[in-house]
Amino acid sequence: MNATTTRSARAREVAATVLDPEVPVLTIDDLGILRDVRVDDDGAVEVDLTPTYSGCPAVEAIETDVEAALVAAGFTDVRVRRVLAPAWTTDWISDDGRRKLLEYGIAPPSGTRPVGPVLVQLGVRCPQCGSPRTSELSRFGSTACKALWRCDDCREPFDHFKVLR
Amino acid sequence: MPALARYALALGDDALVLSHRFGEWVSRAPQLEEDVALANIGLDLLGQGRSLLTYAGEVEGQGRDEDALAYLREERDYLSCHLVELENGDFAFTIARMLVFSTYQHALYSALSSSTDPMLAAVAAKAVKEVDYHRDHATEWTLRLGDGTDESHHRMQAAVDEVRKYADELFDTAWIPVELLESGAAVDVSALHDGCRRSWESVLECATLSLPEVVPAVGGGRRGVHDVRMGYLLAEMQHLHRSHPGASW
Repeated sequence: MNATTTRSARAREVAATVLDPEVPVLTIDDLGILRDVRVDDDGAVEVDLTPTYSGCPAVEAIETDVEAALVAAGFTDVRVRRVLAPAWTTDWISDDGRRKLLEYGIAPPSGTRPVGPVLVQLGVRCPQCGSPRTSELSRFGSTACKALWRCDDCREPFDHFKVLR
Repeated sequence: MPALARYALALGDDALVLSHRFGEWVSRAPQLEEDVALANIGLDLLGQGRSLLTYAGEVEGQGRDEDALAYLREERDYLSCHLVELENGDFAFTIARMLVFSTYQHALYSALSSSTDPMLAAVAAKAVKEVDYHRDHATEWTLRLGDGTDESHHRMQAAVDEVRKYADELFDTAWIPVELLESGAAVDVSALHDGCRRSWESVLECATLSLPEVVPAVGGGRRGVHDVRMGYLLAEMQHLHRSHPGASW
């Protein structure tokens, strides 16, 4: 492995530790929005991030955090690029990320998107008690990526990370 | 302004102006969940508008960024359609407009995601998934209000009748530069009309409502001629930035 490759791997490792400010148990790597990290021969780092939603207000904070983390790790020349294509999908959330979401009390994305005028969504389990008997209160929740649900057994409300694909 | 910049700007203006209208609902919606929903939908549109305005500024190459384009243009330089400019009205009107506009936007972005312009294609491919949720939301409410009480049915039908007058402007192709249509960068929106109409009708029918035949309103948004209500909207939207140039937080 040459020096640039090693540095690339190191830069990726550092960038991958940055947390999503809105779901602070998930790293941006878990979330699947860290698309690429490159280091050139002069040591300049270029990071590609993709937003979850076009209007995600956390994007700027994440970009600043990535830059700060890399600078703190000794990289002086850091540039963060926002790339839109290919568009992010919840399929890019890692298995580890899904587990962390569940432990944090957010039901991970599951089931399929409802289609047609009759809207039925299947298969969201309560992250508190595991019951499959749940209902959607609002398709729009505390952030763009979440919907508000309630468990019909334990009666706790919970966030569901919406399927986006 | 180059043709491509103007095209991106018009699409961006639609998203930006309607996002502002959705923002006006915050704290006034019929229920808390709806406050959150309308704010989120507005936020999606704002994000799409920002991407498109930023791109328009880059293509133009005069150093105007998204803020310069959003806050420092005069009314006549805006290219949004009249439908997005209309006041929110009652909740039924907001829902009827959301149904008509999100159906159009879904068809537009679906087609634009295979644009020969990579940036427009990328913005559209991302946005189409978001708009899918907006359309679902509008559909759910249309069903509930249309097939609800006499009062909700009556108000929903009145809203559809009014919104319908402004729908034709969405499918006007005359303003789109021919070179963009020929190169495949822009979408021939006139070809999307029939599909959208079928989609509206299928929802309205389930909701015991109908799509009326109306005399279309006089448009002109793509030429910079706007609805009388546009000036008030811009005054509110631009006031802070113009009063405190360069303000940030």
